[in-house]
Amino acid sequence: MTETTKIRIDPITRLEGHGSINIFLDKAGKVARTYFQIPELRGFEKFCEGRPVEEMPRITQRICGVCPTAHHMAAVKAADAVYHVDPPPAAKKIREMMYTFFFVADHATHFYILGGPDFVVGPDAPPAERNIFGVIAKVGLDIGSKVIQALQDTHEAVAIIGGRYINPVGTLPGGVSKPISEQERVRLEQIGQGCVEFGQLSLKLFEDIVLKNKQYVAMIKSEDFTHRTYSMGLVDEHNRSNFYDGKVRVVDPDGKEFIKYGPNEYLEHIAERVEPWTYLKFPYLKNVGWKGFVDGKDSGIYRATPLSRCNAADGLATPLAQQHYERFYDAMGGKPVHATLATHWARLIELLYAGERALELARDPEITSTNIRTIPTATPDEGVGIVEAPRGTLTHHYITDERGLLRKVNLVVGTTNNHAPICMSVQKAAEGVIKPGKPVTQGLLNQVEMAFRAYDPCFGCATHAMPGQMPLTINLHDADGNLITVLSRDENGRVSTRRAEEL
Amino acid sequence: MAKNSKLKVAIYWAASCGGCDVAVVEIGHNLLKLKEAADILFWPAAMDFKYSDVEAMPDKHIDVCLFNGSVRTSENEHIAKLLRLKSKIMVAFGSCAYEGCIPGLANLYNRGDILTRVYEETPSTENPNGVIPTPHSKVPEGSLELPEFYDWVKPVGMVVPVEYSVPGCPPVASQVWAVLQTIIDGKLPPVGAVLGAGTKNLCEECERIRDGTKVKKFVRPHEVIADPNKCFLEQGIICSGPATRAGCGRPCIHVGMPCRGCYGPPEGVKDQGAKLLSAIMAVIDPEADVEQLVQQIADPVGTLYRFSLADSQLQQTKWAEEKKK
Repeated sequence: MTETTKIRIDPITRLEGHGSINIFLDKAGKVARTYFQIPELRGFEKFCEGRPVEEMPRITQRICGVCPTAHHMAAVKAADAVYHVDPPPAAKKIREMMYTFFFVADHATHFYILGGPDFVVGPDAPPAERNIFGVIAKVGLDIGSKVIQALQDTHEAVAIIGGRYINPVGTLPGGVSKPISEQERVRLEQIGQGCVEFGQLSLKLFEDIVLKNKQYVAMIKSEDFTHRTYSMGLVDEHNRSNFYDGKVRVVDPDGKEFIKYGPNEYLEHIAERVEPWTYLKFPYLKNVGWKGFVDGKDSGIYRATPLSRCNAADGLATPLAQQHYERFYDAMGGKPVHATLATHWARLIELLYAGERALELARDPEITSTNIRTIPTATPDEGVGIVEAPRGTLTHHYITDERGLLRKVNLVVGTTNNHAPICMSVQKAAEGVIKPGKPVTQGLLNQVEMAFRAYDPCFGCATHAMPGQMPLTINLHDADGNLITVLSRDENGRVSTRRAEEL
Repeated sequence: MAKNSKLKVAIYWAASCGGCDVAVVEIGHNLLKLKEAADILFWPAAMDFKYSDVEAMPDKHIDVCLFNGSVRTSENEHIAKLLRLKSKIMVAFGSCAYEGCIPGLANLYNRGDILTRVYEETPSTENPNGVIPTPHSKVPEGSLELPEFYDWVKPVGMVVPVEYSVPGCPPVASQVWAVLQTIIDGKLPPVGAVLGAGTKNLCEECERIRDGTKVKKFVRPHEVIADPNKCFLEQGIICSGPATRAGCGRPCIHVGMPCRGCYGPPEGVKDQGAKLLSAIMAVIDPEADVEQLVQQIADPVGTLYRFSLADSQLQQTKWAEEKKK
C-alpha cells in the first residue's frame, strides 16, 4: 500500500439520479479530504427557454418527483411576479393549504421511512429492520397504521386541491384553477385535524424513543455531527417561519441576523461555485465569500434545512408548534442549534406547524371563496419566486419576452443549498470513524449515511419505503488511484469486503 | 415463470426525477402483496456496487425489469444494456423511459448549450475560470470520475429493445398496481403492447361537453376563466386530450386544467404532436384567419411535443441521418 488512500462511496441519490462519495486519506491514514459528487444533470435552465411561463408550474415539477409541489409553488409565484399579478387572498390561501398538507406528507415520509428508522429502530439494529416495517414493529401496529393513514390522507388532501399528489396541477399565474367546495373543505378540515394529532403523536414518539435515550442524545450533541454555519429560512413579517411566502432571512453562526432579502434581491446575496468533479453547483453567501469547505463566520457556506429554518426564525406562527419550538431550544442549550442530527427533531416540529397551519386554512371562512383568479393584464417581463421546499429554500428566476415566453431561467434548488454542508458533514463523520491503523468497517457506512440523511437530501425516498437499506460501497484507492479494497453493503444489509485482486 | 420460485423483479431508474419510484410506493398496502409474490432484486439497483453483482448474474436471471428514466449519460446507457442482458422482460416504465418526457425537451438544444447555460451564464454562478464538470478531473489528492453527459435524451427503447411500455408522468397508482398484477399473474399480452392504460384517446372518456363550437381565437389558460363544463379545445384552450392515451382518470381536467399529454399517443398513433396539430386544425373556424390563429399558439413544439419530443418522427429522422454519417 502506498502513501495515501482514496475511499469511494457510491450511494443512490434521488434528486439527480446517483451520487458518490470519495474520501482521500493522508499518509498517516487520517482523512485528508472528501468529495461528494452528483453525477447527473438534466439542464432545465436551458430547455425551459421558449416555454410559456404559465406552464412552468407543470414543467419544473419534473425536476423532482419527490417534492414536485415545491417546484410547482416556486414556479407559479415566479410566474405571478413575471405578470405583476397579485392573486386574490383566497387563491393564496388555497395554495398555502395545498403546500402545508404536502409538507406534512413529505416530512412524515422522511421521519418514518427515510431518516427516522435510524433512531426509532436504532442505529445498531440489524439493517434489515431499519425501515418502515421495523418502525411499525417497534411502535406497534396501532401507531404504525396511523402513520400509513396520515400519508394516505395528506396525499388525498393535495389531490383534492391540485388533482394529484405527484405533479399536482392546480395553480396558474394569478391564482388557482378550482375553488374549494364546502364538501371538500369539510374533508380537508378532517384531514387537517388528523395532521395536528399526528404531529403531536410524532413528537411524543421522538421524545420517548430518542430524547429519553442518553446514547442518542449524546450522539445528536456530539462534535462529529456539528457544523457552525449560517442558517437560512423564509420568514413572515414577524420573523416567524413560513413555507409559502415571505423574505429569506439568514442568521450567522451566533444566531444574529446577517441579512433579510426579498425574492428580487437573491442575486445580491447568493452565488454558486462550480467544481469540475460534480454536476451540482455549490451555493454560498456572496457577501461572505467562498472560503472552501469550512464552517464558521468567515465562510459563506450556509444550511437550508428544517433546523436552519428554526434557527433563522424568531418562532413559529401556530401555538402547539411554538411550544415545541421553545422546548427544543431549551433542551438543546439555546439558539442557534448546529447539531446536524437535531434536524430530525426540527423536522417534526415543522410537521406539527404545517398540520396546524393546514387546519387553520381549512377553517378559514375565505377558503371556499370562488374569487380565486386575477387575470394578468400587465406585460410580462421578469420575476423571482421563492418558497421553502422541505429540503431547503427554493428559488425560481424567470425572464420572458412580451408574450410571456421564457428567455432565461435560473434555479437554485433545495438540496443544492446543502451540497457543501453535506460534503463537510460526510468529511467529519468519516474523520470520526476512520482512524489510522484501524480497518474501515460498517460503522463508517452507518455514520456517513446518518450524516447526510439528516439533510433529507432527496436520496433514496422510494427505495426506503421498501425493506432494506440504501446500498453503499466504499472503494479504497492508493495514492496512484489503484483500487485496493471494496467494502460494500447491499440493500439487505449484508456487508462484504473484497480485495482488489478478487474483483 | 418457473413454478415454486418467486418472480424476480428489478425496479430501476436512469435519468429520472424519482416520481416513478414514488408512484410505485403509492400502491400502498399492495406493496405487501407485491413482496409476497415477487423477490425484488433491486429497487433501485446501486450503480458501481451493483454492476459487479448484476454482472455476476446469469443472463436472463431477472424475470421483469421495470426501467424508469431516460438515457442521458454514459452511466445510464451502460446500466440499460446490462439490465437488458440480465432480464427476460424489459418494461419502459413511465414517460421518460417510454418517450423521453419533459426532460426530452432538452433535445431542442445541444450538450454545449446546456453546459454553458448551467455553469457559465446563469446569473447566480460565479465561475471566472469557466470551469465545466468533466468526466475525468484531477484534484490535489488524486482523480475523480463523472459519467459523460450525452448530446441527447433517448427513451430507453432506443438504446435497447424493450418488450412493453407503461405510459404516464408518473403512471397513476391504480394503473401501476394493475400492471404489477398482470406481471404477477403471468398474463402479459403480446410483446410490444402498452400496459397500464387504455387504447383510445382521453376525449372519449372526458365528461366535458363538446358541441362542435369552432374556435375563432386561441387563448392561454391564465388569460381566461374557462367554463368548467365545456371542452377546453372548443373554448380555444389547447388541450392534448385528442392526442393522448386514456387511462389516467383525468385528474388534471378534474381540477380545471387542460391535459398536456403525459400518457403519450393513443393506440395506432405514432406521433403525438402531429396528431394534436391535426385535432387543433379541425376545431378552427373555417372563416377565421388560420395564420393568425396559429400564431396565437404559444410554443407549438413545447406544447405539441411536451412529453414526446424525444420519440417524435422528427427526432427519429434526425437520428437516422446521424447514424448514416
